Amino acid sequence: MNKLTLWFHKFGSPPVFHRIGGLLAPWLFAAALVLMAVGLYGGLVLAPADYQQSDAYRIIFIHVPCAWMSLFIYFFMAANAFIALVWRIKISEILAMTSAPIGAAFTAITLATGALWGKPMWGTWWTWDARLTAELVLLFLYLGVIGLYHAIEDRRQAARAAGFLALVGVVNVPIVHFSVKWWNTLHQGSTVRLLGPSAIDSSMLWPLLVMALATKLWFFASLFVRARNDLVELEAGKDWARKVALGEGDGA
Amino acid sequence: MKPGTLGAACLAVIRRDLTLSWRRRGDALNPVLFALVVVTLFPFALGPEPNQLARIAAGIVFVAILIAGVLALDSMFRSDCDDGALEQLVLSPHPLPLLLACKILVHWTTTALPLIVAAPLLAEMLHLQHAVLPVLLAALALATPLLSLLGAVCVALTVGMRRSGMLLALLVLPLYVPVLIFAAGACDAAQAGLPYLAPLLWLGAALVLALVLAPLACAAALRISIT
Repeated sequence: MNKLTLWFHKFGSPPVFHRIGGLLAPWLFAAALVLMAVGLYGGLVLAPADYQQSDAYRIIFIHVPCAWMSLFIYFFMAANAFIALVWRIKISEILAMTSAPIGAAFTAITLATGALWGKPMWGTWWTWDARLTAELVLLFLYLGVIGLYHAIEDRRQAARAAGFLALVGVVNVPIVHFSVKWWNTLHQGSTVRLLGPSAIDSSMLWPLLVMALATKLWFFASLFVRARNDLVELEAGKDWARKVALGEGDGA
Repeated sequence: MKPGTLGAACLAVIRRDLTLSWRRRGDALNPVLFALVVVTLFPFALGPEPNQLARIAAGIVFVAILIAGVLALDSMFRSDCDDGALEQLVLSPHPLPLLLACKILVHWTTTALPLIVAAPLLAEMLHLQHAVLPVLLAALALATPLLSLLGAVCVALTVGMRRSGMLLALLVLPLYVPVLIFAAGACDAAQAGLPYLAPLLWLGAALVLALVLAPLACAAALRISIT
C-alpha cells in the first residue's frame, strides 16, 4: 500500500484521528484567529467606504464568509454522510454529525448579520426574499438533522438516519434555491465570481477572501475539537478511550 | 394472480392496508375535520371580510391540507411497526421499494383523497373565486401524492420513535416548501388571470421524479431505522 493510502486509512482509525485532531486543532484555531484579525482589520479599517452604502456595507466581511460556510458545511456534512452510509466509516459519521451544529451556527450568524444590514439598507429586519428564505430553510434542514440525531438512542444508528436526511436535504437545497428565486427576489446577485472578473474592488475583495479562509480554518478546528469529544464518548468501552479519559497518554 | 409473485405481493399489501383502514373508517375523517377546523379559525383571526378572505383563500386551503397531511403521516407505518408487520415487509423476498410504494398509495388514498374531496367546501367557506377552483383541485391532485411520497421518506427515518410528532414536522416541512410554492403559485396565477400551466407542469414533473425515487429512498431509510 502506498504511503498516502496508508495515511488515509490510519486517519480513519479513531485513536489516530483523536491524536492528529488534538495536534491540529490548536494550530488551526491560532491560524484562524490571526487571519480573522488581519481580515477584519483590512475590512473594517483599510478598505474604503462604499459610495452608496458608506460604512454599513462592512458587515459583508462577516456576513458573506458565513453564508459561504453555511453551504460549504452542508455539502461537507452530506459528503461525509454519504461516505458513512456507503462504507460505514465511523469517523465520517462523527464528522458529518459534528459539522451540523457548526453549520447551523454559521447559518444563524448569516441570518442575524443579514438582518442587521437589512434594517438600514432595506428598512426592514426581514423580508421574504428568495435568498433569505432559502437560507432560513437551510437552517431548518440543519435543525432537522440535529434533532433527528439526538432523538435516536443508538448513536451509530442515529448518525446513519440523520446522515440520510442530510442527503435528502442536498437534493432539496437547489430545488428550494430555484423555487424561491422564481417565487420572489430582492437580494442583489453575487458580486464575487469564481470564473471571470468580480464586480468588487480588490481593496474590498482581499479582506473578504482572508475572512473566508479564516472561517474555514475555524470550522475545521472546531470540528476536530467536537469530533474528538464525540469519538471518546462513542468508543467509551475501548482501551484507548479509557487511557485518554484517565490521562494516560493520547491513546494511540 | 399466482401467489408468491411480485404482483400478488403488491396486491396483498394493498388489500391488507385497505381492509385495515376500512375497519377503522372513522379515522379517514380525522384529517378532513382537522383541515375544516383550521380553515374555520382563519376568518376569526383575520376578520370575516369576504374580499380579503378570497384573496388568500387558496393559500389557506393549501396550508391547512398540508398540515393535516403532516399530522396524518405519523400513521403511515406506526401500527405496522408496533405489530412487527413492517419487519416482515423488510424481510420479504420482493423488492421493498415497490411494497412501500403500495403502502404509500393506500395511505394517500385514505388520508389525502378525502382532503381533496373536501377542498371545494373549504374553498367555498373562504369565498375562493369559482374560476380558480379547478386549478386548486388540479394542484392538490398533483401536490398531495408528492407530499405523501416525500413524507414517507421522513416517516421511515422516525419510525421507531415513540414521540416523533414535532420532530417529523421539523424534518418534513423544509422539504414541502417547494411543493407549496408551486401549488400556491398556480392558484395565485389563476386568480390574477395569468397562465397557470407552468407551475402545474413543474409539480407534475416533480411528482414523476418522486414516484421513482421516493420509494427507493423510503426503503433505504427504513432499513436504517429497522436494524
